Amino acid sequence: MIRFEHVTITYPEAESPTLVDVSFEVPEGELCLVVGVTGSGKSTLLRAVNGLVPRFSGGVLAGSVIIDGKSTADLPPRDLADVVGVVGQDPAAGFVTDYVEDELAYAMENLGVAPEVMRRRVEDILDLLGLHEIRHRPLASLSGGQQQRVAIGAVLTAGPRVLVLDEPTSALDPAAAEEVLAALTRLVHDLGITVLIAEHRLERVVQYADRIVMVPGDGRPVTMGTPAEVFGQSSVAPPVVELGRLAGWSPLPLSVRDARRLAGPLRERLAEVELSAFRRTPSMVGEVIAVTDGLQASYGPVTALRGINLQFRAGEVVALMGRNGAGKSTLLNHLVGLREADSGTVRVMGAEPHRLSAHDVVRIAGLVPQDSGVLLYHDTVAAECSASDRDAGLVAGTTRSVLDQIVPDIKATAHPRDLSEGQRLGLALSIVLASEPPLLLLDEPTRGLDYGAKQRLVEVLGRLAAEGRAVVIATHDVEVVAAVADRCVVLAEGEVVSDGSARDVVIHSPVFAPQVAKVLAPLSLLTVREVELALAAAGDLPFS
Amino acid sequence: MTAPRLLHPGAWWLWAVGLAACALRTTNPVLLCLIIAVTGWVVVSRRTDVPWSRSFASFLRLGLIVIAVRLVFQILFGVRIPGTTLFSIPEVTLPSWAAGVSLGGPVTLESLMAALYQGLRLATVLACFGAATSLCSPYRMLRALPTVLYEAGVAVTVAFTFAPQAIVASRQVREARRLRGRSDRGFRAWSASALPVLEGALDRAVALAASMDSRGYGRRGGASVSQRRRSVGLVLAGLVAIAIGSYGLLDPGAPTMFRIPALAVGVAALVGSLAASGRSTERTRYRPDPWVKPEWIVSLAGLIALASFVLAGRISDALTPSTNPLEVPAVPLVAVVGLLVATLPSWFAPTPPTLATVSTSMAVAA
Repeated sequence: MIRFEHVTITYPEAESPTLVDVSFEVPEGELCLVVGVTGSGKSTLLRAVNGLVPRFSGGVLAGSVIIDGKSTADLPPRDLADVVGVVGQDPAAGFVTDYVEDELAYAMENLGVAPEVMRRRVEDILDLLGLHEIRHRPLASLSGGQQQRVAIGAVLTAGPRVLVLDEPTSALDPAAAEEVLAALTRLVHDLGITVLIAEHRLERVVQYADRIVMVPGDGRPVTMGTPAEVFGQSSVAPPVVELGRLAGWSPLPLSVRDARRLAGPLRERLAEVELSAFRRTPSMVGEVIAVTDGLQASYGPVTALRGINLQFRAGEVVALMGRNGAGKSTLLNHLVGLREADSGTVRVMGAEPHRLSAHDVVRIAGLVPQDSGVLLYHDTVAAECSASDRDAGLVAGTTRSVLDQIVPDIKATAHPRDLSEGQRLGLALSIVLASEPPLLLLDEPTRGLDYGAKQRLVEVLGRLAAEGRAVVIATHDVEVVAAVADRCVVLAEGEVVSDGSARDVVIHSPVFAPQVAKVLAPLSLLTVREVELALAAAGDLPFS
Repeated sequence: MTAPRLLHPGAWWLWAVGLAACALRTTNPVLLCLIIAVTGWVVVSRRTDVPWSRSFASFLRLGLIVIAVRLVFQILFGVRIPGTTLFSIPEVTLPSWAAGVSLGGPVTLESLMAALYQGLRLATVLACFGAATSLCSPYRMLRALPTVLYEAGVAVTVAFTFAPQAIVASRQVREARRLRGRSDRGFRAWSASALPVLEGALDRAVALAASMDSRGYGRRGGASVSQRRRSVGLVLAGLVAIAIGSYGLLDPGAPTMFRIPALAVGVAALVGSLAASGRSTERTRYRPDPWVKPEWIVSLAGLIALASFVLAGRISDALTPSTNPLEVPAVPLVAVVGLLVATLPSWFAPTPPTLATVSTSMAVAA
């Protein structure tokens, strides 16, 4: 159905090709997962399927991409609309209309589908994706999961045989991600649609994949295989696979269900060990850095926060969790003074952040926003660093030295856009950290990060907290919460629904529990690293 | 009271273009302020829930910047109009090849007023454009465009969505500046964020165009390559002719040939391109926007306002009050009546569906 033949893609002004001599074929009716570290060219590969690369990106594509017998060299994306549906990383950026029904009908209008057929297909898709309750709503009022499903529905109405999705669940909370993935598996199983999907959160999708395309990104060739083959050697793997490797299970489990069936002996062995010694211990917490007292906020008629009372202390890493639209970002914006409260107060180091000038705020609170790239708008890394020193009135070179501690090997002449997602986050983080705010806020920092980059971020955050900062991360990523958070605050509909030690909060939640906890329940272990330490202490396995 | 629905985008644009054309026919500050007031009034009473509807204020701010820039240019380089000297700035003698350009010199009240009127006129046109964007989203306008314009594809998308996208981008850049600890006031802040805003808006507009393209926007259908080339050529020629024609209509001083004849040639070329593409770019509509009584009232309100300005221009020269000698602008009654007619949409256009009404109708249905 999808055939890449010796495809090499070079962007204009790039030193080397992004993809070199890629050949693979996805048969009809398969769900194929594209895996690779950030910046390895996954998005490029996906956008080449319907010819958006190179037609909208510039650059040169050598070789050929054949979809359903048609070459993208001959047909522009618009003429492939009834063959391939492409859903981009940010569904909202691709919306052409303002209302759900109009958006679903848009592709059919372009194809000239007869009005009666159009009405029927819109109804079908509304049912298939469970969108009928929101059919008349403005797109801007939808939650992330709903938007993603509308975006999928909007390309499906054209009746494509192939669906291409770029990180469809990376911005979604666990429940919404399940919603989207359930819809996708239904499409593959019931309608026989071929799906090509890129995703960093392997733990969410790997169990549904028939095949995996591995894009290493470091010059090694792109390979394809079944999940078990690929994860036998790949460095990129979800926690459940790593646990399987650690315990020496064969075949490697891909889902929590598979792993639990194999985990009986491991659980028994671990049950004999005194586990509390091997859990990551919460760091020492110190003085109160930030306080919110009865904080209320709203966007127009919509209430975003309803009376939030929270304290953040020096030395702790707090995870803010909750559905999309639960008020996490709003709370962070208030803590850094981007918004003013309707009622109630926010105090950081005794001051109200929204009353301070930008120059003073950065000294008490720093926020790395969801899309960290928006903080960067100079041509080179060096220019970003020196501008940051100037803005915050720091000694020249301060930002660069912070950057060197976080991500050591960034070239000063590199353009921020050419950095990998992880490096860009590191740069944004160092700009925020340069003025040494005692309160550090990060909004969805792991979006788009591969496992390696996430691991480095976890280490950096742990170190920053140990230095006596209060670190608050708003995230959907339960694995990161398990690895770094001391305390977990769950928001729902603008209210705090639980606030306690991260271990207690995540382990008792069916939605937020990390994979390792699900596999080993009722044992209270959260990460592969903890299991590794416990086993090593038991003297069972030879670990370094 | 009719049920909440969205008015046909064409009606809002005709109304807004009518008012913009009024603005271009006058430099009378009273009338210009009245036009801004009318647009503001209608926007407040009939805007929708979608994000674009808050863009009117941004257009007003942009208008203020335009006025300020116009005044600064007048002070620095403007033609010296004799009259009451307010203050003087040092004059620079330019070489003979730059004759006609002056730098510095005495600044008179008359010259400042003339510049103010012209700046205000541009600001009013911007307000009309902002009103159209707030009242009906650029997306809806894109979808309502005649089929022939689809050939211009990406260019049209970018043209229609660039300004609203820039407003979204500028909010983001402003927040980012604050997070980096930069002041968000003053000319330096404004000029330093201009580039990222433009870049961001262009990126968004291109991402949108890519999304539209991959969902079949501007499909060739069954047309052959030569048919397609012919039709694209005709569309381009037609658009140029229409641009010249509209300019001629809006600028009372333009030669007659640039008015109706140019418009007619343009429309003919666009119709011709339809035939050239073999009608293969036919699209269908899911729920076509009706064109019924409210649409007629709104579009006619704009056109009547324009007609009243044309009439007022014939009767007296109050549309262009003299700034040398400076006099208090007279207010032509005909034009004011025309502008009153232009407020009719705030009563006769249907109220747009809001999140609240959508939710209640859902509750009722359930």
